[in-house]
Amino acid sequence: MPEIRVTPLGAGQDVGRSCILVSIAGKNIMLDCGMHMGFNDDRRFPDFSYITQNGRLTDFLDCVIISHFHLDHCGALPYLSEMVGYDGPIYMTHPTQAICPILLEDYRKLAVDRKGEANFFTSQMVKDCMKKVVAVHLHQTVQVDDELEIKAYYAGHVLGAAMFQIRVGSESVVYTGDYNMTPDRHLGSALACPPLSRAAWIDKCRPNLLITESTYATTIRDSKRCRERDFLKKVHEAVERGGKVLIPVFALGRAQELCILLETFWERMDLKAPIYFSTGLTEKANHYYKLFITWTNQKIRKTFVQRNMFEFKHIKAFDRAFADNPGPMVVFATPGMLHAGQSLQIFRKWAGNEKNMVIMPGYCVQGTVGHKILSGQRKLEMEGRQLEVKMQVEYMSFSAHADAKGIMQLARQAEPDNVLLVHGEAKKMEFLKQKMEQELRVSCFMPANGETVTLPTSPSIPVGISLGLLKREMAQGLLPDAKRPRLLHGTLVMKDSTFRLVSSEQALKELGLAEHQLRFTCRVHLHDARKEQETVMRVYSHLKSILKDRCVQHLPDGSVTVESVLVQTTTPSEDPSTKVLLVSWTYQDEELGSYLTSLLKKGLPQAPS
Amino acid sequence: MKLYCLSGHPTLPCNVLKFKSTTIMLDCGLDMTSTLSFLPLPLVQSPRLSNLPGWSLKDGNAFLDKELKECSGHVFVDSVPEFCLPETELIDLSTVDVILISNYHCMMALPYITEHTGFTGTVYATEPTVQIGRLLMEELVNFIERVPKAQSASLWKNKDVQRLLPAPLKDAVEVSTWRRCYTMQEVNSALSKIQLVGYSQKIELFGAVQVTPLSSGYALGSSNWIIQSHYEKVSYVSGSSLLTTHPQPSRHCHEMLSNPEPGESQEKPRDESQPWRNKARHPHRNRGQKQTDPRSKGPAGTSHMTYQLTELFQTHERSLNEPMDQASLKNSDVLILTGLTQIPTANPDGMVGEFCSNLALTVRNGGNVLVPCYPSGVIYDLLECLYQYIDSAGLSSVPFYFISPVANSSLEFSQIFAEWLCHNKQSKVYLPEPPFPHAELIQTNKLKHYPSIHGDFSNDFRQPCVVFTGHPSLRFGDVVHFMELWGKSSLNTVIFTEPDFSYLEALAPYQPLAMKCIYCPIDTRLNFIQVSKLLKEVQPLHVVCPEQYTQPPPAQSHRMDLMIDCQPPAMSYRRAEVLALPFKRRYEKIEIMPELADSLVPMEIKPGISLATVSAVLHTKDNKHVLQPPPRPTQPTSGKKRKRVSDDVPDCKVLKPLLSGSIPVEQFVQTLEKHGFNDIKVEDTAKGHIVLLQEAETLIQIEEDSTHIICDNDEMLRVRLRDLVLKFLQKF
Repeated sequence: MPEIRVTPLGAGQDVGRSCILVSIAGKNIMLDCGMHMGFNDDRRFPDFSYITQNGRLTDFLDCVIISHFHLDHCGALPYLSEMVGYDGPIYMTHPTQAICPILLEDYRKLAVDRKGEANFFTSQMVKDCMKKVVAVHLHQTVQVDDELEIKAYYAGHVLGAAMFQIRVGSESVVYTGDYNMTPDRHLGSALACPPLSRAAWIDKCRPNLLITESTYATTIRDSKRCRERDFLKKVHEAVERGGKVLIPVFALGRAQELCILLETFWERMDLKAPIYFSTGLTEKANHYYKLFITWTNQKIRKTFVQRNMFEFKHIKAFDRAFADNPGPMVVFATPGMLHAGQSLQIFRKWAGNEKNMVIMPGYCVQGTVGHKILSGQRKLEMEGRQLEVKMQVEYMSFSAHADAKGIMQLARQAEPDNVLLVHGEAKKMEFLKQKMEQELRVSCFMPANGETVTLPTSPSIPVGISLGLLKREMAQGLLPDAKRPRLLHGTLVMKDSTFRLVSSEQALKELGLAEHQLRFTCRVHLHDARKEQETVMRVYSHLKSILKDRCVQHLPDGSVTVESVLVQTTTPSEDPSTKVLLVSWTYQDEELGSYLTSLLKKGLPQAPS
Repeated sequence: MKLYCLSGHPTLPCNVLKFKSTTIMLDCGLDMTSTLSFLPLPLVQSPRLSNLPGWSLKDGNAFLDKELKECSGHVFVDSVPEFCLPETELIDLSTVDVILISNYHCMMALPYITEHTGFTGTVYATEPTVQIGRLLMEELVNFIERVPKAQSASLWKNKDVQRLLPAPLKDAVEVSTWRRCYTMQEVNSALSKIQLVGYSQKIELFGAVQVTPLSSGYALGSSNWIIQSHYEKVSYVSGSSLLTTHPQPSRHCHEMLSNPEPGESQEKPRDESQPWRNKARHPHRNRGQKQTDPRSKGPAGTSHMTYQLTELFQTHERSLNEPMDQASLKNSDVLILTGLTQIPTANPDGMVGEFCSNLALTVRNGGNVLVPCYPSGVIYDLLECLYQYIDSAGLSSVPFYFISPVANSSLEFSQIFAEWLCHNKQSKVYLPEPPFPHAELIQTNKLKHYPSIHGDFSNDFRQPCVVFTGHPSLRFGDVVHFMELWGKSSLNTVIFTEPDFSYLEALAPYQPLAMKCIYCPIDTRLNFIQVSKLLKEVQPLHVVCPEQYTQPPPAQSHRMDLMIDCQPPAMSYRRAEVLALPFKRRYEKIEIMPELADSLVPMEIKPGISLATVSAVLHTKDNKHVLQPPPRPTQPTSGKKRKRVSDDVPDCKVLKPLLSGSIPVEQFVQTLEKHGFNDIKVEDTAKGHIVLLQEAETLIQIEEDSTHIICDNDEMLRVRLRDLVLKFLQKF
């Protein structure tokens, strides 16, 4: 029995370390290969020994697909390919391919140079890993091998994020990666259709299985406009009272959207407080947005010749020394979950002043400082010192994930047979699972890491039907009649691995065989003293009256035919008071022939006098 | 399957393919060579043009003198320029389901088709094709609309009048169908019907046909198309280039590209006495030699500089777009081949070398250089070459101007299509840096761009300078102004790089001309040697191409190498022809549902060949066919009290299989005996045997290919005998 098997190595009832193994029609695919931001030990990377204890992964994986450049989706890639050993293809979109190595290198530096970790991947490994990457276009059907094909769809979320459809024959799986269903200021949404608006979507591809993220499985967010207004109001208030605002972000993604938002607001309100962007990566990041502008939303794309939205007037590069400057300011600093780096440094400096504010614009993984302060903790232990958080802590969900409504919407669009939830918390998944099962009437799964879900599939078998046979069938009318279904009859010729359905005559001919005709003739004795012709006429009208929708004919030679069954009447010389009906038919007409004999055996009705 | 050929122009094709139940238009090219018959549209009042004498017939009849003007022995139509549209009458264009666009040059007739024929379908094209195509259309509309011309000549089009006119007007085809340019509104409406596609994207048309664009290596976003069903495949190859393919074999390619007769220029003006014949030409041929040993200096007379440039252009050319996808063209039943190079004898590398050296020479001598060009395409290549050339050639102080209403957009757009570029350029974007170096030319103020000669340009204008501007036909656009301005001085040079227009015809209304004219057409599309290599590799069953490709060019009738050579010979088409394409469809895909598949009983008939008889219900929806298991025979419902006789009538649609094989009499008799028939008598007949079951009064005639059971009306007996007979036969 063919089946699809799914095993999350990461992101099973969890956010972070996305890595999902899928087996479909004998092909093994790894979806994402991320790291976990909440861990610094072995648990940081997926446990690839699940795939094989010894031996290279190349022999066990047909391909690896990376949905987008966030480290929780690609952070373990060099570890997988260079340290564990995988030489097969790694697929990702062009922007992901461009940005991914930069983030990996950044991550490596942080881990090795700052934290002094050993046994980590090296710069060279990042480079070697990226050599194995094959970039894909949106909607391009990539033939991984003769049978396995993948196709990327626009996902919104961050620059270059994609959903992937994986298909073998008539079986398919869709993996969403992270996506958002409402368009951003800078990216399109995963919804909307492709004409010039570009913001791609997924078509009604009816996969056997939809694997979707469920970060915001229980949230139904209010309108984006409200959140934006709220955000601007809070920033404005803090700046007005002379406070400093820290916005921890990841260099690519939300950062650009919030920058566009603040930039236009500053311009409109003619505000003077400086806005800074923590350096390095960000300028580069904005440059990527400029060069990959075709991945952004329609408005930005349309106006980019006149004004590139990613060239900011009010937002300047941040210098470490600025953090101690007096007066209000707004600083975007990385990383977004306050777990390390510049954002954490600034946070420590500003946390003690109640005039200041930190706005967390996205989801924070458990174990990070971001998560702690969001869950209300105000006393933190940091490097052995107590830190009291007096600054205002705000949470605004700008993170570009679909909310419950969006996830349902996507599922409705794709029309899957089954849904599998990953990249979310178990409790929230439970809620969404119920919703899916009730509203969409699909089976919904939420395996934990290392747990396998097996879905039996029943793929149909494609064969070639001879056009002659098909046309003959179609000519008899297209609409199947429920009461009397018409059957197509043919012979399936299986030669080598090609299957062809042809008419039986053609099959015989192709094989050089002659047809063997099997004919039956049954004698039916009737007591009827009348003349032979009269008997024939009685037979004829009797059959005609019963077989209303059959072709009953009286032929000049005295025989009666019912379609291809022949009924002849003879008078035995020894007994002229009886008549013998010879009913003759071929094997192919057996039902009718046999029916007619039994019908005639019952005798003819009395002739109307 | 039929092909309706709506355009006779081999590089601006427009064909309609009827394939299965779909009607697919392949490209939508607009033949603009018609504009060469018209007088230029000057941006600034030109006394010379407005004072040209009217033309009158030999008998002195001057009724046409308002419409036709004479200039240096050539006659021009004084009217709004008009374009030669594809045929609109050959097939009802409202029945076209989709239009597939292969590159931005081949979509210029789109508004005429989508806006005025009742077309309701979808157009498919890649994003760069649409964006750059839009720029080309915008420029065209702008050029024509900003110089309103009151006069729209029509008298001369009358058939009886036309045949009295001098050539080439006399021979102009389909003049009655020539149309004025479309409006921006029509352009926008046409473009809104386009759906963007990516390379290797499979697009289903009505479930019957799948179309897929493939990289063709010619221009940004240019594509060939595969049109296929499960059993048939048509490849549409239009405007492809191998110059970008695999760096390794391309050296070889270039060798083959080079002119086999060094020194002989096929494109030399035929009339050596023409006053504007270029004297400054330094044909640098002998490419093959230089190719084989890149370290050796070129032959005497070739400057080292040119040689370096040539090398440079090659590496660049090779790396502009994504390379052509050849492998996917394999196994085609029919390959439709259009858009080959228009200059089969010229080597693009050599042409760039000539371009640069002539440009430098002119500027050093204090002259200006005019480059008539489209706002996108070759100009990116030229700017990239100049970027690397100007400093070493001492041209850094010379201003380069790019004048077009879409100049800015074109330069900006070129930088954002990273995904459509070759590997080299892509890796620049990954840094991230702009893929094309003209960004730096602009930053350093070496290249300036303006929407037109009016406004800022007139303040900044310094001479000597180099101006890139359109339109390459020299009939409209800012180029007309520069021709008038610079034509009188022999210090200046006009360099033709676009291959679409005969430069002699383009220059005709400017005669007499003192300015130097250089013809360096750069056409990177396939030449005939590359085509034959391609065809050998992809092995289509049939090739279809414009008739121009099946014979040598008229001017070079001895060059048998300048035509397509393939077996079987290519089928050729001309404008307004309908071809029946030579292949017969035999199979269609059908899906067997798993439940049905499980119930099939395959039987090995011959080694390696198995058969299974199938009786199933056919479902057809959206051109997809599915076989489902036959419904279970419904049990007679006991609830019914009265049964009508006709309820028992069997369903003859339950078909029995055919039978094959023969019955060995002896074994058959043994079998009968085993089943309790004892009184068996066998008689021989001419063709076989008769087996008699005496007690049952039953007789079985057995022949090679038939068996006939004749019995009394004893259904039990009959069925028993039937089953025994069937044991010896195979079912189909």
